[in-house]
Amino acid sequence: MDILTSSISLGFLWSIMAIGVYLTFRILDIADMTAEGSFPLGAAITAHALTTGIGPVVATLLGVAGGALAGFVSGFMTTKLHIPDLLSGILTMTGLYSINLFVMGMANVPIAGTTKTMFTLLQIGDSTTTTIVIGGIVLAIVIALLVFFFNTEMGLAARAVGNNEDMSSANGINADAMKIIVYMISNGLIALSGSLMAQTNGYADISMGIGTIVIALAAIIIAEILLRHLSFGRRLLTIIVGAIIYRLIIALVLDWGVDPNALRLFYALMLTLFLALPLIQKKIAQVQQRHRNTKQITEENK
Amino acid sequence: MSEPVLEVKGLHQYFEKGTANENHALKGIDLTLDPGEFVAIIGGNGAGKSTLLNSVAGSLPVDYGQIKIDGHDVTYQSVAKRAKLISRVFQDPKQGTATLLTVEENLSLALKRGARRNFWSNGVKRNERDLFRAKLASLDLGLEGRLSAEIGLLSGGQRQAVTLLMATIKQPSLLLLDEHTAALDPKTSATVMEITDKIVHEQNLTTLMITHNMADALKYGNRLIMLDHGQIAVDIKGDQKKNLTVSDLLELFKQQSGAALTDDAILLS
Ligand SMILES: Nc1ncnc2c1ncn2[C@@H]1O[C@H](COP(=O)(O)OP(=O)(O)O)[C@@H](O)[C@H]1O
Ligand SMILES: [Mg+2]
Repeated sequence: MDILTSSISLGFLWSIMAIGVYLTFRILDIADMTAEGSFPLGAAITAHALTTGIGPVVATLLGVAGGALAGFVSGFMTTKLHIPDLLSGILTMTGLYSINLFVMGMANVPIAGTTKTMFTLLQIGDSTTTTIVIGGIVLAIVIALLVFFFNTEMGLAARAVGNNEDMSSANGINADAMKIIVYMISNGLIALSGSLMAQTNGYADISMGIGTIVIALAAIIIAEILLRHLSFGRRLLTIIVGAIIYRLIIALVLDWGVDPNALRLFYALMLTLFLALPLIQKKIAQVQQRHRNTKQITEENK
Repeated sequence: MSEPVLEVKGLHQYFEKGTANENHALKGIDLTLDPGEFVAIIGGNGAGKSTLLNSVAGSLPVDYGQIKIDGHDVTYQSVAKRAKLISRVFQDPKQGTATLLTVEENLSLALKRGARRNFWSNGVKRNERDLFRAKLASLDLGLEGRLSAEIGLLSGGQRQAVTLLMATIKQPSLLLLDEHTAALDPKTSATVMEITDKIVHEQNLTTLMITHNMADALKYGNRLIMLDHGQIAVDIKGDQKKNLTVSDLLELFKQQSGAALTDDAILLS
């Protein structure tokens, strides 16, 4: 039970990042590595703001704004400077490492227990319950806003750009601008996830972004394996489920006695498996079909 | 005389300019289209037909020359900017639609071609659906009940017909069609050509249509242009076009270019 509630609470916070990654990964069809820099950026800005006495809501929103700015930089590099998207993300991520250090002033900024955070806004039960409630409220707002936006005139245009750029331009859509907007929303959400993570963990750390894109992608792929074709809103909901399942798997693996130092290796192996799963499924189906066929032929020849 | 819809002046296009492979694809095209002209463009493979259309649409930067639409100089305007005046149907049915979006989402996107898109009003508006249903019904392909189907699930012919609707649901000054029936089977191709002709006449659209099919070029449109090696070799309008036969066309070509059409197999395919 404890494992389940803690997986739900962590899954909620991670799914905000996963949804952010989903926007670039599936709507724009781009693997944006900026994520690993904007996640700690959100944490760093919020942690710094909280320690200077800024309120938790504003501190969190400042983190989001920082992430959106990072998204703008990567979006600008790919669309206007024609730097390949993977490289743009890596460049921004690399630069952000220094910027995050500047913002934090050191490699780790603790958020003192007495500091007000998003998770002290409400007093409900223990810390896990609070994380679930606050995380759930934030998630609900995020999903509502995204579903609304991606069904507006501009949101529709943004989805069209990721799907078919020629068609979009031919219909007068400024493809570069749309891509930059999606980059900004995506990295704003990723920074929000980092910001909330820092507030629930009680510190921001320079290395907290490492490997996060793999976690986010795993949640997305689990969601897609669970249910194939879904409308945008339903897909976002299944990503939450994907993130929770992923946390559960990790919790069980740790419970099982796996060395925490091996965790990143485990993340990588698991995502590789998930990504290869459709192919593996197809191969299995082919082999089964071959068996059936051989059997039928032998029977016919009897 | 009203203002021309399209004016192309001294258009030259090169590929790989300055290299050993330099290809002078368009060699000084001068072309003026008056309102309501429906031009069929024919010519052998590599004659420069697509290059001309891409230059007008803006997807190929102009090397030399000038392009005006409705009197506006668009020579250096982006594709998206020109979309206010131009709409386009591509050869590949996949290219003209956003396959993951629904039929109504695609039509709504097209309805706002060239207009500002805000982030507060619905992309697909309730009152648009009646218009979409009526337009789809006019295609006679049974698509009026499939507004919320993903457009990628439609067949090539259905999709090309919807793309035609998208290109004309907001009336363009100039409609560009680049072999838009070439990827379809003969029967579907004929259907889509009929729909094209109907829409062009209903809206009296000024149209540039590339076709690989000489019969279509003779049957449809009120003007015919033959491109050859990046130049306009034949340009026929009005009554002369109406009474034109394939053999007339071959004869004209011989007179204009000073050479017999050796590769007429391509043209007649
Ligand atoms: N993107 C390109 N790069 C290099 N050469 C091209 C390109 N597009 C077209 N060409 C060349 O330009 C000439 C005209 O091509 P195109 O306009 O596509 O001919 P058509 O549409 O009449 O068959 C051809 O020789 C073709 O090889
Ligand atoms: Mg062509």
